Amino acid sequence: MAKVERKGTLSEERLRTFLREMLLIRRFEEKVEERFRAGELPGFLHVAIGQEAVAVGVCQALDDGDVFASTHRAHGHTLARGTHPNAVMAELYGKLEGCSHGYGGSMHLYDIERGNLGANAVVGGGLPAITGAALAFKLRGEPRVALAFFGDGATNIGTFHESLNLAQLWQVPAVFVCENNHWAESTPAHQQLPIEDLTKRAAAFGMHSITVDGQDVEAVYRAAGRALKHARDGKGPVFLLANTYRLVGHYVGDPQVYRDKEEFRETRETQDPIDHLRDKLGVSEAEFEELDREVHELVEASVEFAKAGTDPKPEDALKNVYA
Amino acid sequence: MPELSYREAVRDALSHAMREDDDVFIMGEDIAEMGGSMGVTAGMLDEFGPDRVRNTPISEMAIVGAGIGAAIQGMRPVVEVMYEDFTTLAMEQIVNQAAKHRSMSGGQLKVPLTIRTQGGAGWSPGAQHAQQLEGWFVHVPGLKVVFASTPTDVRGLLWSAIYDDNPVMFFEHRTLYGIKEEVPDDLEPIPIGKARVHREGEDVTVVATGRLVHEALAAAQEAEGEGVSVEVFDPRTLQPLDEDGLVASVKKTNRCVVAHEAVTRMGFGAEIAAVVQEKAFDWLDAPIERVGAKFAPLPFAPVMEDYVVPDAADVLEAIRRTVGR
Repeated sequence: MAKVERKGTLSEERLRTFLREMLLIRRFEEKVEERFRAGELPGFLHVAIGQEAVAVGVCQALDDGDVFASTHRAHGHTLARGTHPNAVMAELYGKLEGCSHGYGGSMHLYDIERGNLGANAVVGGGLPAITGAALAFKLRGEPRVALAFFGDGATNIGTFHESLNLAQLWQVPAVFVCENNHWAESTPAHQQLPIEDLTKRAAAFGMHSITVDGQDVEAVYRAAGRALKHARDGKGPVFLLANTYRLVGHYVGDPQVYRDKEEFRETRETQDPIDHLRDKLGVSEAEFEELDREVHELVEASVEFAKAGTDPKPEDALKNVYA
Repeated sequence: MPELSYREAVRDALSHAMREDDDVFIMGEDIAEMGGSMGVTAGMLDEFGPDRVRNTPISEMAIVGAGIGAAIQGMRPVVEVMYEDFTTLAMEQIVNQAAKHRSMSGGQLKVPLTIRTQGGAGWSPGAQHAQQLEGWFVHVPGLKVVFASTPTDVRGLLWSAIYDDNPVMFFEHRTLYGIKEEVPDDLEPIPIGKARVHREGEDVTVVATGRLVHEALAAAQEAEGEGVSVEVFDPRTLQPLDEDGLVASVKKTNRCVVAHEAVTRMGFGAEIAAVVQEKAFDWLDAPIERVGAKFAPLPFAPVMEDYVVPDAADVLEAIRRTVGR
């Protein structure tokens, strides 16, 4: 079925699944912001509002057995890969039932069963291990792909360049997904990137690249499918550039003093990937409300699940330091 | 019993593991045709081929990180970082990634990665090719740290490091590569976390690592002529540390000298001294003496290098100081 879909148009049913997945991330993130502001969540948080189409489009294109590394903005990727909202929310509450059993938190969501090798709080920190995981797949002759998510800001850090160089040199089955949201925390592109087209960075290594509108989930899904196939077929790694928008602050509570208010308002109005797909599918108000109610209940239930979760014992801190 | 050099002993452990297990492979800069900058992997390319004896670009972050990724997928990579000084380039991957995946994932991940590296002064390498940085890594929960001083130990401990399910920083000393000794016919794994007493004594315990084990043995020989019986204790693994063995030795001799080539300040000896005073304070008859490099980047000119780096004479002086109190 997947093969047919990749050639032609995706079925409406499939696209509705994408809409639901994106809406789940959106409502989850909104709930996270709300609970954080209520003082219930320790630490600090980065939500992926605006970037849902990249998470869903890419994760829907992954095969069983594929692995990925995420970033500090990890809730969307994790949910999109199928980790239950209960397990993600419980992690944000620091509970044993969380997907990292309370050891990781928002920036260290793991779910090995689903190939989530971990979100990373160090920008670019997860890229070398993706090259290494892909090397293992190649050495073992396994038809698997390792994929890294990272932002435009990460293309300035050494791990990005070293990892892409090594991946291309060794022709390993890896896909590097750059979520270009045009901001490195508070620093705009023009203050951190001397070039506009980031695929030039991949081209410098001779790496194949694909650019896609990151607000169009169907386009992302197709592009990711092509990238994954290229890598899986042994044709080498791919740089997938998804141009997207962060429709919120860098962290929850970020006043965004650095962002032009009028431009931000316009971006929010015109670049919402959920609106885009809703319009494309012609989803009626009633249908949307029904869908919204469904995901809202799931999110509410995840909060209840997390609050009722088990607090780790203080001394559990000393477990899992060594295998 | 075959006689092996320290260099050959490292190669022997690597080759044994690679013959037995397809999941073991090595990668690093210049390790293939050239056989590594220290000649440790010479000849291995011919036996195992370029996939498993993998030459890399000069790219420490990516090499170590790729090792992490392959290890997470269940392989047992051994990464060679040409000089300890260059581990600084991979520090983020070692400290933030390799050491922490196990804990951050709540126990879901294992990282069975071995990072071999070497250093050591005595040949005028200057300030960026001979540092002894092993102490840094002991400060990071999640890493194991090994520093072997003899061919037998380096062989048995490297085997254990490869088969440990945790990231292991494996330190070799440049000036020891040529030393030879008879080693057991069959490779005998040496458990990580178990010290070795090289020489038993009654009056003072010298806790030494790496090259200083040999300097301490020479000093002990001298001291014997002066009527002082010295026990030379090599922890071999710095993390985990054989605290029981260490404390038992000091409780027997009642005096302790720590000796390493690394800079004295914040060196591993500081931790040894802390453990000893914590667990054997009442048994100590004298303050713990420390021997290490003076507090300066390693200078080039041989006379200055020699002045900074400790040797047997420094250990002997420390022994004399402690027994004289």
